[in-house]
Amino acid sequence: MRNAFIEELVALARKHPQVALIVGDLGYSVIEPFAEEFPDRFVNAGVAEQNMTGLAAGMASEGYHVFTYSIANFPTFRCAEQIRNDVAYHELPVTVVAVGGGLAYGALGYSHHAVQDYALMRTMPNMVLAAPGDPMEVRAAMRFLVENPGPSYLRLGKAGEPSFHTAPPEVAPGRWLKLRDGEPDRAFLSTGAGLQIAMDWAVTPEHAGREVYSMPLWSMAAKASQAEMLRTRSDVITVEDHLYDGGFGSWLLEAKALDQSLTCAVRPRALDPVVCGTVGSQATLNRLGGL
Amino acid sequence: MASLQIASVDLARRMRAQAVKMVHRARASHIGSALSIADIVAVLYGQVMALDPARPDWDERDRFLLSKGHACVAVYAALAECGFIPESALLNYGQDHSMLMNHISHKVPGVEFSTGSLGHGLPFGVGKALAAKRSGRGWRTFVLLSDGELGEGSNWEAMMFAAHHGLDNLTAIVDYNKLQSLTTVDATLRVEPLADKLRAFGWAVREVDGHDHAALIAALERGAGAVGKPTFVIAHTTKGKGVSFMENAVPWHYKSPNDAELSRALEEIGDA
Repeated sequence: MRNAFIEELVALARKHPQVALIVGDLGYSVIEPFAEEFPDRFVNAGVAEQNMTGLAAGMASEGYHVFTYSIANFPTFRCAEQIRNDVAYHELPVTVVAVGGGLAYGALGYSHHAVQDYALMRTMPNMVLAAPGDPMEVRAAMRFLVENPGPSYLRLGKAGEPSFHTAPPEVAPGRWLKLRDGEPDRAFLSTGAGLQIAMDWAVTPEHAGREVYSMPLWSMAAKASQAEMLRTRSDVITVEDHLYDGGFGSWLLEAKALDQSLTCAVRPRALDPVVCGTVGSQATLNRLGGL
Repeated sequence: MASLQIASVDLARRMRAQAVKMVHRARASHIGSALSIADIVAVLYGQVMALDPARPDWDERDRFLLSKGHACVAVYAALAECGFIPESALLNYGQDHSMLMNHISHKVPGVEFSTGSLGHGLPFGVGKALAAKRSGRGWRTFVLLSDGELGEGSNWEAMMFAAHHGLDNLTAIVDYNKLQSLTTVDATLRVEPLADKLRAFGWAVREVDGHDHAALIAALERGAGAVGKPTFVIAHTTKGKGVSFMENAVPWHYKSPNDAELSRALEEIGDA
């Protein structure tokens, strides 16, 4: 995903002169192609995420579309108020990028576990959350975010994720992307790295015949579009590598609650808080957390 | 385009009168903070910044950010006195659904940036200054901070960044009235030796009487700053300046003048 990210960012920067990248002293062996080709649109802000985000907003107010880039919770929780007040409230085109979403940095400990980021970002009314499930969704999401500038959050894994799409899909906030056919009334709906897990579960006898969808883009506003998808289904299991509270499944349940006539069961599968403070590989921690 | 060339001493007097009327009408706080910055803001709007009230978004304007957003009535008054907003709009300050909220709001024509939480103005201003440098634009960015606000670490992050990148198109001004929310700055979280600290962070530093218009103009006008480094103007001020019973008095960070106090204040300010 990191490679798809930087390749796509370079491609977008060639096409859009306003695209800029600010890193928080992270991105070794990832961000160099951008820094070398666009030195005037690249900044290493150092280890100072509040300033990184405030200055990104300031640059965005003068015409740039700024991507801020760091690991896990550093570009989100460390500077949450700068995202809320400077970026979101002023409706500025800043895309906050976090690598190591979920438990991708499982062995690095709780500081590096990004399992509450959706909860933070999705409470901002105009924030578009991008949680791609594969490298093709990374590219599609980034194109959407640059062509529809505004406050956004891009959650990436690490590297080496398989591709499920053969080409970048057509994406929009709240849109369900079908990855696996099945019976039309039962579905998995994943976001982010939940896609890999849903695809694995879909081939088990317990879930035989269940469709698999990915939702790489979602937002507060996109809740209103979910009734249409839920109305024709009887059972949807959401899959995410985030805590249940404030997460993606919670988001879909809130969307369902907007229309009391919906009878579809929405069953979130998300991480149990037991993962908080436990160290291990991503796969180990996801299993421990119930995924 | 040059500055608006509005006589700043009289502008400051009219702004002070508007400010006390606004907080009285809205029963709002922070009049001491607004009176403290009235001269600095009047000099910037009247004599220093390139602005066009008819085109608040004019691309070549100088940018002003009020990081101490609670002192917004001084800026709202300046915007009205300079023609950005009608004077009648000031009547709505703090009222239901008003665009003039009690911390400075970017929804008001002529206001670049909303603040209210301290420590946000300087990083945002650094972004503007860097954008101007990177895109070869000649306008300047001014950020006005409070002294108590210097407790926020984000300011010191921004100071390191601005000096590292040689942002000589950025001027920060600290309203150094030496009082903060509960008591003096000295008794709360010492900022001294402030000038030495700012120099050590790589800034050019000038200290002025923040109520002396000639001194403020000399420190803030184009060409006054250093080349290759950002400039910090330490403006020594008196909180509540211009109204004797509000001067250097912590309660006027919170209190709103009653009718009698408003009359006394306007008399002292010289409101016609």
